[in-house]
Amino acid sequence: MTLRKISKDQPEHFEFSKENLEEAKMIVEKYPKGKQQSAVMSLLYIAQKQNDNWIPLSAMKYIGKLLEMPYMRVYEVATFYSMYNLSPVGKYFIQVCTTTPCMIRGAYEIVEACKEKISKNENELVHEKNSSWTEVECLGACINAPMMQINDSYYEDLDKEKVLKILDQVISDKMPKAGSYRGRLNSEPENNRKTLLDIKNA
Amino acid sequence: MLKDKDRIFKNLYNDNGIDLISAKKRGDWINTKDLIAKGKKWIIDEIKLSELRGRGGAGFPTGLKWSFAPKEVGSRPHYLVINADESEPGTCKDRDILRFEPHKLLEGCLIASYAVNAHVCYIYVRGEYYNEGQKLQSSINEAYENNLIGKNACGTGWDFDIYIHYGAGAYICGEETALLESLEGKKGQPRLKPPFPALIGLYGCPTIINNVETIAIVPTILRRGGDWFSKIGRSKNTGTKIFCISGNVNYPCNVEEEMGISLKELIETHAGGVVGGWDNLQAVIPGGSSMPLLPKNVCDTITMDFDSLVAEKSGLGTAGIVVINKDQDIIKCMARIARFYKHESCGQCSPCREGSGWMWRMLERMAKGEASRDEFTMLMDVTKQIEGHTICAFGEGCSWPVQGLLKHFKKEIEERNNFNPAFKKEREIPYLVDQHLLDK
Repeated sequence: MTLRKISKDQPEHFEFSKENLEEAKMIVEKYPKGKQQSAVMSLLYIAQKQNDNWIPLSAMKYIGKLLEMPYMRVYEVATFYSMYNLSPVGKYFIQVCTTTPCMIRGAYEIVEACKEKISKNENELVHEKNSSWTEVECLGACINAPMMQINDSYYEDLDKEKVLKILDQVISDKMPKAGSYRGRLNSEPENNRKTLLDIKNA
Repeated sequence: MLKDKDRIFKNLYNDNGIDLISAKKRGDWINTKDLIAKGKKWIIDEIKLSELRGRGGAGFPTGLKWSFAPKEVGSRPHYLVINADESEPGTCKDRDILRFEPHKLLEGCLIASYAVNAHVCYIYVRGEYYNEGQKLQSSINEAYENNLIGKNACGTGWDFDIYIHYGAGAYICGEETALLESLEGKKGQPRLKPPFPALIGLYGCPTIINNVETIAIVPTILRRGGDWFSKIGRSKNTGTKIFCISGNVNYPCNVEEEMGISLKELIETHAGGVVGGWDNLQAVIPGGSSMPLLPKNVCDTITMDFDSLVAEKSGLGTAGIVVINKDQDIIKCMARIARFYKHESCGQCSPCREGSGWMWRMLERMAKGEASRDEFTMLMDVTKQIEGHTICAFGEGCSWPVQGLLKHFKKEIEERNNFNPAFKKEREIPYLVDQHLLDK
């Protein structure tokens, strides 16, 4: 389950880098005039990316000033949604889906693999801040269960052995190849396809 | 089985590329201008004729929904919002549309926006689908470059902009009013209805909210005619639908089939059958985790459409079929779903916020065989207390799966928890008695 704990070590100051400020301004323009508050979710993402994948309180205050909204409103948003990390996470942030469709295809084997290779407990920063893992709710790739997410990419059709190999790569600071690990094409029924064959064979 | 020529999503598995040229080869964006030239009334009438029902779970008739938008634009602009916050366990159809058929979605957005008088469309993509969102964004850029959207979109004289808004991992934002709150930059907590979003929605303006699949089907319906669409499936349950078959099947897959196909055929033909054979089937969740499960004897004969599933006290929902075979512990499976709902409750209404946790803890106890006799009826009571007493449909969503379990698997729960039939009479303990005084 995601950790909604605010880190004790907070940087005092936060400011967007020049490029990020540009991007933030572009995002604000997507919304009607006077409705700049809509951009808060995207801006929190930018802050998270800039600050090693977590959001310090000073960033919330900064975004609040930027969008002319109370700090409390930003804080509310940042603590409501589970994808904002309020404490530091690893450079490779591994999220294992364990909701029922993944569970019945063996998601807890992946959890075991993470426990073996990374850390006994969830949300522990190990290997010099290289990696941390956590259990999450449905990631929306149930056809390719069991699966996990590392940073932005999905790793699908896994089993324990494959995960151990992927985690070895992560620990040696290499981004593993994303996608299906059983070599299937997206969400097609492997070896059993009965539809759209003309297009496939064309 | 549906014929390939009647399938709408020809690139469901990405056999021939997502770029604009391949999309045009599949028929997207070909005569958009002519379709729009036929006028708003024609578009809405054609959708009504097709009897298309929303693909996001509730199954509300799409043509009817569009006709709720005010006919004339008043002082407030209209908005179209696309719900791509797909988080229902067992469902992953919208992901494939975002990845592989983005131009169908974009064209649908243009047509739908025209029909409901909107110049701006927001697509709310769930935060985890970052890569899919990026792909969609590059398709949007491609469409802008070719003047398919933007100023004077497709040469129709209609100005139209599309923006992507990323969610951040909250299941509740799939509920339409919570989605609007989230779009406005607030916590995703659902609003009271009425007023309905069609009159007071995003920023207080008239807003039409549709699922990705619904909108992506629209251009094909208009091209081939509402009549063609309504002839597939059966009356009031027309058309084709993407089914996501996951869980204990040999070849889990997404597949587009006609509505009203039998569940058994769907699983046996496309998903390669249940692991261990059909007789090894224990239960099926037919429409995403919030729909009550079906026991095997119902699965033998059930057809997959809105009305026949409602008749079985379940629902089609998002058509995310989760197959559970006899190797699985059904109580544990449902306890995990209850944990999902406990985690995702937005915390606005007390019955759901507290009750979802109670249900999870009770089910965990039942899975371990530590539940007491009266907990069975107590759990049923809790689900009834949540259902219908919340602002949004999450209350029903979290209590229905539990009710389904209690209804169909009472025997399993009783066996595991050693309920002794000799003590049928329940002890009547006043609610506030100190428990330690009763213990020996």
